[in-house]
Order: sequence, then C-alpha cells, then structure tokens
Amino acid sequence: MKLFLETYNNSDSVNLADIPVLSYKYFANMLRSYFVDSDNHCLSYYAFRKDDKLKFICAIAKDSDGKIYLSSHELKAGITALDSLTPEFPQLHIFEREIAENFGITFEGHPWAKPVRYSENRADKIKVMNNYPFYEMMSDQLHEVGVGPIHAGVIEPGHFRFICNGEKVLHLEIHLGYQHRGIENLMLQNDNPIKLCVLSESTGGDTAVGNALAHSQLMESLADFEAPEDLQIERCIALELERIAIHIGDTAALCTDVGYQLGQVVCEALRTTIINTTQFWCGNRFGKGLVRPFGTNYPLNDRTVEEIKKILNDSGKRYFDMAERIYSLPSVLGRFDEIGIVTTEQAYRIGAVGMAARTCSIPRDIRSTHPFQYFKNHRPQVVIQEKGDVLARGMLRYLEAKESVKYIFELLSKWEYTEKSNLKPDYNYKLKPDRFSASIVEAWRGELCHFAVTDEKGNIMHYKISDPSMHNWFALALAVRDQEISDFPICNKSFDLSYCGYDL
Amino acid sequence: MGVGLVLILITSLIFPGIVSVVKAKVAARKGPRVMQHFYDIIKLMKKGNVYSRTTGFLFQLAPIIYFSTLLTAVFFIPVGNYKALFSFEGDFVMFAYLMASGRFIMIIAAMDTGSGFEGMGANREAFYSLLAEPVFFIIMGSIALHTGHNSFYDIFSSLYVESALTYFVSALSIYLIFWLSMIENSRLPVDDPNTHLELTMVHEVMVLDHSGFELGLIQLAGGLKFAIFGSLIFNLVLPIQNNYFVQLAFFPIVQIIYAVLVAFVESFRARNKMMRNAQWIITLSALSIVVFLTILIIHEKVGMLP
Repeated sequence: MKLFLETYNNSDSVNLADIPVLSYKYFANMLRSYFVDSDNHCLSYYAFRKDDKLKFICAIAKDSDGKIYLSSHELKAGITALDSLTPEFPQLHIFEREIAENFGITFEGHPWAKPVRYSENRADKIKVMNNYPFYEMMSDQLHEVGVGPIHAGVIEPGHFRFICNGEKVLHLEIHLGYQHRGIENLMLQNDNPIKLCVLSESTGGDTAVGNALAHSQLMESLADFEAPEDLQIERCIALELERIAIHIGDTAALCTDVGYQLGQVVCEALRTTIINTTQFWCGNRFGKGLVRPFGTNYPLNDRTVEEIKKILNDSGKRYFDMAERIYSLPSVLGRFDEIGIVTTEQAYRIGAVGMAARTCSIPRDIRSTHPFQYFKNHRPQVVIQEKGDVLARGMLRYLEAKESVKYIFELLSKWEYTEKSNLKPDYNYKLKPDRFSASIVEAWRGELCHFAVTDEKGNIMHYKISDPSMHNWFALALAVRDQEISDFPICNKSFDLSYCGYDL
Repeated sequence: MGVGLVLILITSLIFPGIVSVVKAKVAARKGPRVMQHFYDIIKLMKKGNVYSRTTGFLFQLAPIIYFSTLLTAVFFIPVGNYKALFSFEGDFVMFAYLMASGRFIMIIAAMDTGSGFEGMGANREAFYSLLAEPVFFIIMGSIALHTGHNSFYDIFSSLYVESALTYFVSALSIYLIFWLSMIENSRLPVDDPNTHLELTMVHEVMVLDHSGFELGLIQLAGGLKFAIFGSLIFNLVLPIQNNYFVQLAFFPIVQIIYAVLVAFVESFRARNKMMRNAQWIITLSALSIVVFLTILIIHEKVGMLP
C-alpha cells in the first residue's frame, strides 16, 4: 500500500485523489517512520471538509532529497475524537490544536489543547479569549506576570503569561489570536484574483514579498505555468531584499532593547535605505505589488539595477561594519551571549524551522533543501549558528544579510544575460480542477507554506497558510525558561516571530 | 548662601535637556530643544490626575514627599564658596537618608498599585539602592577622614589640591560619584530611561501609574538629583579657595561636561544584564574601599582598624 505521495516544491500540482488516504493507525505509523529521522519535519498538518468527511492532510519535508511527502487520513462525520500524536511528535502540537479548535475534534492525550487563535469559525463558540484558564502553579512562593496584549512598543498584540520565582521565569504561556482576520476564509470568499494577491500580501506586513511569492507560485502551479528565468530572478532579488531589510531592522531593534543607541540609529537608517530601494523599484517600501502571478508590473530595468547595486554596496558595507562592532562590544555581548538558549534537541522536537532552526545548527533552509524559483539553478549558502542563544540569532541575521547581498549581485549578473520575457501579470488564469498544490517559500523568518485545493470546477475550495511562526513560537517559550524575566524582551525580539502571520 | 541654591535649581531644570540634546546629536538626530524637558513638566503640571482604584492615599502623597525630600537635600549641598542653607556636623548622613527616604516612599507607592510590573520595579530599585548606599558613605567617610571635618562645607573647603593624595582621592571620588549618579537617576548601565519594555525597567516602571501634576513633580525631582550630584562633583573638581567669579564661571562648565559625559555613556554602550547590576555596583563599593584604605594608610591611621 502506498503511504505517501512524493512531490517537489514549486512543481506541478498533484491530483487530490492521488494523495493516499490511510487509516489513522497507518497514518501514525507512517509519521513514526518519518520523524524517527531528524532529516524530516512537518510542514503543515491540517484538515478541511470535503463532502461529508473531514480530510486531514499532512505534508512532510525531507531535507536531504528535497522531496515533500503528502499523506492524508479521513474522518467520517460524527466522530469527534482521535488519539493525539503530540506526546509522540511534539512538533504536531500546534496543528492538532488548530484542528481541534476549527472542527471540534478532541485529541485525546494532547498535553495542552488550548485554542490557537479563537478563529471566527471555531467549533466551540463558548470558548472566548477572556475566559481562557491559563496554566497555573499553586505556590505561595511564585508570582504571575501578565504582559500585553497591548505591546509596550505598540507593535503587534499578544499576551504573555509568566510564572516566576523572583526574577527567574519558570514558565511562559503565549496567548495569541488578537489579530485574527480570517484570511483563509477571505481567500475563499473572494473570486477576484487581484484581491487574493493583495490579501496574501497583507497576511503579514513584514513578509509582503514572501507571502505574495508563495501565493503567486501556488496559483501558477495550479494553472501549470512556469515562470520564465528573468521573472524568477527578479522574484528572488525581491525576496532577498526583503530579507536584508528586515535583518538590518531587527539588528536595530535588538540594540534598542539593550539600550545601545549607536547600533540602533545606524541600523535604523540603513534599513531605510534598503526599503527605499524597494520603493524605487516598485513604488512601495515593503514590496507590495511587486510580486504578482504570471508576470510583473515592475520588471527590472537598468536604472533599478544600478540603484540596487549602489545601495547594496554602500549600505551593505556600512551594515557589516556596524554589525562587526555590535557583536564585538563587550557590553552588548554581555546581554546577548548565553541568553535564551534553545538546544538542538529541543529545536528538532518542536519542529523549529527557518532562522530558529538554523541558530540551533539545523540546516533547514528551503532555498537550499527544497529550492523554488531561481534558487533551483543557483542555491545560496546556508548560514548556520550553533549556540541557539540571542547572540546566535543576532549573528545569523548579520551573516545571512551578508550572504544575501552577495547572492543578489550574483543574480544581477545572471539577469543581464537572460532573455527578457516582459510578461505582465495575468489575472484571468484558469486553475486545474481537483488538484492539490503546495507552495513553500523561504521568507526571512523561515518556511512560509501556502496550500490550496481546487474543486471539480477549478475554483479554490480550501486555502491554507502556515507561517513559520506556527512552529517557532514554542521555541520562544522554551528559550525563556530559567532565564531572567528582564531578558524576555530581547529573547522575543531575537526570534521576531509574526503575530499576524500566526493569527491569520 | 542663596546663590548656590539658585545655581543648583537652574541646573536641575536644564540638565536633562542638555543630556537629551547631546544624545540626539550623537545619534545624528535633530533632537528636542534644551528647554523641552521643562516645557513638558509645565504641561504635565497643568494636567489632571488619574488614579487607579487599587491605590490609596499613600500613592497620591508619595510624589510630593519624594520631591520635598529631594528639595530639602538640595539645601545641604554647598556650591564652592557658597555655603549651604543647612550645615552642621555630620550633615552628609542626613543628606543621604533624606534621599533614601524619598526613594522609600516611592517604593511603597509602587507596591500600592498592586501591579506585577511595579512590584518588580520596586524590588529592583530597593535592591540596587541598598547596594549603592555604601559607596556614598565610604567615599564621604574617607574624605572626612582625610580632611578631619564632617560637614559638607568644611570637608570641601579643606580639601587641599596641592597634595598628590588629594588628587587621587578627588579623581576617584568623582569617578565613583559619577556612576553613583547614574544609578540614582536610573540611567545606563543599570536602567534605561528610554526603554518601552516594562519587564526591563527599574525606575520608569515604578512611576508608570503616576500622572499629571505628580508625574511632573517626579520629573522635576529627577532633574534635582542630577543637579545635586553635579554640585558634588563640582565641589570635588574646584577647590573652594578660588574667588567667587571663578566659581561662578566654572559651575556651568562643569555641569555641561558632566551632562555631555552622561549622554556619551548612554550612546556608546549597552545596559547591563539585570543580574550583573548587583555585581557591577559592588565593584563600585570595592573601588570606594580603595579610596578609604589609601587614606587610612597615608594618614597612618591603620591602627584604627579593628
């Protein structure tokens, strides 16, 4: 019996019917055989209603051969209980919680099945954010500290509940969902393809290019279209520019949190020059409107290329100098080094992805393991840090930005010799019926997955977005254990996870 | 007598402005006006107050007591030739505990709000000021031993610049009082006045619930603290034997250099890790003991040691 369907990232879509449907027991065995190998991790595990059944799809990525394994199981209407797989595979915890919340399935044995985001279409409407029973420790010696949901720096809302012994954190519970907008449902209610694109861009304002690219790739694979080389290069450049800008901005934010003014102001200024370059290119500092399916409204031209080269040479060098100084300044190192450690073992178990994984010496980078767009032809160097602390996460930003600058220059020299296709975005695409497609993009935070299923008429029947933050929020909770509570802000900033990408 | 007091009060209004202007310039920003801090206080003073329902009368009383203790403390500080309003044997002990009682009442007020944040802030403030207190006393005690006097005015007026020992004592005391002032004013490296993160705050989080007139008082008191320490530094820098005009001319110069130094320290380093603050403050105490021991040995008063 076939246990899974093999596919590649950004390849053709697959027939939904071809994804093997296993019994739950076989499904669990299949996962067992996969997760025993640390090479594999779960991209997403989700469910949707098809006919009268609930269909669960699990996508597993294998890093060494670049394949994606799809498997599924089904549940007849009326059955609402399943054995939880979380105790065995902790990385599934968030996905089981999501399914439990949306469809009212009870996962028996799940250690802490709290709702993920109190979505509008949740199964149990009685559960609301305000009556959620937080994890408690009954002791006179301990005290609780609640932070948020209004963030002190007015960034995004999230509530953090600490249980502390004096200044030491024993437990952190992260409570999110305040930004829930129902993106996945809006994706189905809209039939205007431009709106879909804008919607996906707005999933997370800091990952506009990443989300737009994931969406465009998804639509293209469902319509059997492969982007010409020059378009692929342009998309990769846009993605890398976003990565550089955010990494520099985050370095500034890390400096702010430890009160290092020089690092803060220099990096803030440099970030502006990078996002202004994106504005020069497409008219929007965050790259909104730059990536569209089947073509682009803003093809690169010689002037833009000139500008990108100039800014990257200048600001890039300045940022590298500043970063060298930041990460060698004793007072800064005193704040970053050995703070908020996530061990490699923990990272594997919770299925950490993207930056959070790479700081724990796990080489998980979709650009290199499951390449998409032009990354297929030319893979960037994967940057790895080993210690898993705040310093590692800071250094990773610096080294990745350095790698990205180098990579953009390589792409630009390739771009000069590619044939220019001049494709305009096409919004009158027709999707193939009864297909499933997965589109995974290594956005700056990590792997960003968009999945879609089409019905027999070729309309989108189900749309699913999995932000890397889904996997990684738990890494933050682990990182602050046994740390001082005053170090929580820099731990949080060093991960810089998405609230809105998680809340959808 | 009054001139010194007026100088200190004017400094207290301008000092925070100079620090923020210099910080902004270092960061290549335009920065606020020097008097902006003062205008902000006036604006706050005109506003009404908002009180949390969990707080009692103590919370409302605390800022007034805090401000008045600091203002009274100012009366103890001589400026060069200008004698302080109050001067008596052992007045620096009175001075130190006036400052401490102001802090005590603020800590109690922070606990009164019942907020988890403010409780943490109060806890930290109490801990750090507890550690910082010996630094001040050991320095003042050593200088008193050195000069043979024990009131501020007499101590400073008999501090001879001619001997190498005085240079050493003054230099190290200025260094220590500088860092002490950074702790007392909740600046870097112990605290960060600009942070927006409650979890990392010490002093700022304690005054989160105060508003309007009382917040204005607290900010005025912050300026006063700087002016007090600035005047102490001035007294150590300039010997009292100079004439009145030299004193008058040098006072603002010393204050400006002090403000610029504060701004530079805040611009070019990160703050300490919270747990390392204690260690850092104890290092300051250790340095002050160096001053003390040196004076003991040079004056051959080692026999005084138990």
